[in-house]
Amino acid sequence: MGTTLTKAPESAAHTVDAAGVAARIEHVSKSFATPAGQQLVLDDITLDVRQGEFVTLLGASGCGKSTLLNLVAGLDRPSAGAIATDGRPALMFQEHALFPWLTAGKNIELALKLRGLPKAERRPRTEELLTLVRLDGAYGKRVHELSGGMRQRVALARALAQDSKLLLMDEPFAALDAITRDVLHDELSRIWRETGVSVLFVTHNVREAVRLAQRVVLLSSRPGRVAHEWTVDIEQPRRIEDAAVAELSVEITEELRGEIRRHGQH
Amino acid sequence: MGSTETTTPAPREGQERDTHDLAGLEAGLDALDTVQTGRPPLRETLVQKVLPPVTAVVLVLVVWQILVWVKVTDGYKLPAPDAVWQEVENAWLQGTLLEYIWTSVSRGMFGFLMALAIGTPLGLIVARIKFVRAAIGPILSGLQSLPSVAWVPPAVIWLGLNDKMMYAVILLGAVPSIANGLVSGVDQVPPLFLRAGRTLGATGLRGTWHIVMPAALPGYLAGLKQGWAFSWRSLMAAEIIAQSPDLGMGLGQLLEAGRTNSSMSQVFLAILLILIVGIAIDLIVFSPLERWVLRSRGLLVKS
Repeated sequence: MGTTLTKAPESAAHTVDAAGVAARIEHVSKSFATPAGQQLVLDDITLDVRQGEFVTLLGASGCGKSTLLNLVAGLDRPSAGAIATDGRPALMFQEHALFPWLTAGKNIELALKLRGLPKAERRPRTEELLTLVRLDGAYGKRVHELSGGMRQRVALARALAQDSKLLLMDEPFAALDAITRDVLHDELSRIWRETGVSVLFVTHNVREAVRLAQRVVLLSSRPGRVAHEWTVDIEQPRRIEDAAVAELSVEITEELRGEIRRHGQH
Repeated sequence: MGSTETTTPAPREGQERDTHDLAGLEAGLDALDTVQTGRPPLRETLVQKVLPPVTAVVLVLVVWQILVWVKVTDGYKLPAPDAVWQEVENAWLQGTLLEYIWTSVSRGMFGFLMALAIGTPLGLIVARIKFVRAAIGPILSGLQSLPSVAWVPPAVIWLGLNDKMMYAVILLGAVPSIANGLVSGVDQVPPLFLRAGRTLGATGLRGTWHIVMPAALPGYLAGLKQGWAFSWRSLMAAEIIAQSPDLGMGLGQLLEAGRTNSSMSQVFLAILLILIVGIAIDLIVFSPLERWVLRSRGLLVKS
């Protein structure tokens, strides 16, 4: 699979060696035109996601987490800097974004079809993916017949159907209740280990970030900059209520609060 | 159930819950959270959906009969219900009843299908190409408010008194409705679906086919429904105005013939048939289609 380069229009072309790297974000800035003039949302972000790595992006509102994810997904272009990914990444949203005119299984099959998998292989692969997210027998279910947690699992299966090296997740569990979210954390950890996919996971939930990630990246707000980075050495599998998870969460929360407090001082 | 189940050892601290445990937990959550939906029983449907309109029709007939009995107006202005029924029976026995209906319905349906074939690509182009939208979008929605009977005189002059003129009037009436329905359907597609489609690789024509069209289907169907109503109305206007032996006897011609014969019961017969056909096509074709689409997407909320 070739390397996809998303570059700012004005930046000089340069190749990125993506060996061992699922996504390389280099000096990326993004600004949007507003009535008050150009507003800088992301400022000189540099970040690598290694093959098979699980990285969470953490930040308060206005840190441009989702903007960064859109850039990596290729849905938008950076104003400066370059982003290189190994193939087209898969993207999961906070809303399940499943197509209501298709059944759960057909949603997954559409992703397989769009990536060019031959027709005969689609159905068996779909069943495999449904089994992976523990939804055997849900093939013919309509989206509205599924619970919130089941919908997100179908959305995860659909994202995995793209067979991307990199899975981008934009607060995918934020709208779920606590028990369901906890279960989905376990599932995501298991699936990540089983598939070896690299994950870039955006959240504003510190515990969630520590529970899931090998590396937590804290972004400052307005504009978004990499403020701090932690390597999470806690042994997998983890639980969200583990003491080690709580301890690191306290430290990160302090840092996050500090970042937020700066915006109240003028 | 499950009385012989052996107790599994509790997972140790810091250890992942064993996979069987997680699977069971998840199955429980799924079962608790899943909404049960089913279709209402037939009896309920009859009482809630069939009874009210039947009652309304019976009520209208009763009021009508009473008005005739108390002689609110001259007999030639208001025929009795049974006189109109007599008219139906005569037409049926002469074998002309179905002929009237078929002449008009076949014309209306053929015209509608042509309007569908033209309105669909037109709507898609207007919805997706900004320049075209700015150029003809306003004209298209303006045309919807133009009564299609206004097209009858120019159509007669251009095309003469023939079937072509009828179809021209139907097209001018129905194409804007169908195209506009599709445009508003496309406009209402949630941006999230478009983003999700793009990340899955559905761009350009593939995006239109796999994402935009199915997502716009409810709006499109509403446009089709309105398009049929406009087709039928346009056709009736054309049939009433355009009288010619070549055109055969449609419902519009029947209505006009009733007027020239000063036969109020024939006029009533024609009006009733026009109304019934319009409602029947909607009930038989469009409503089930619309309900099926909405139901399969979970958009049909039971009140």
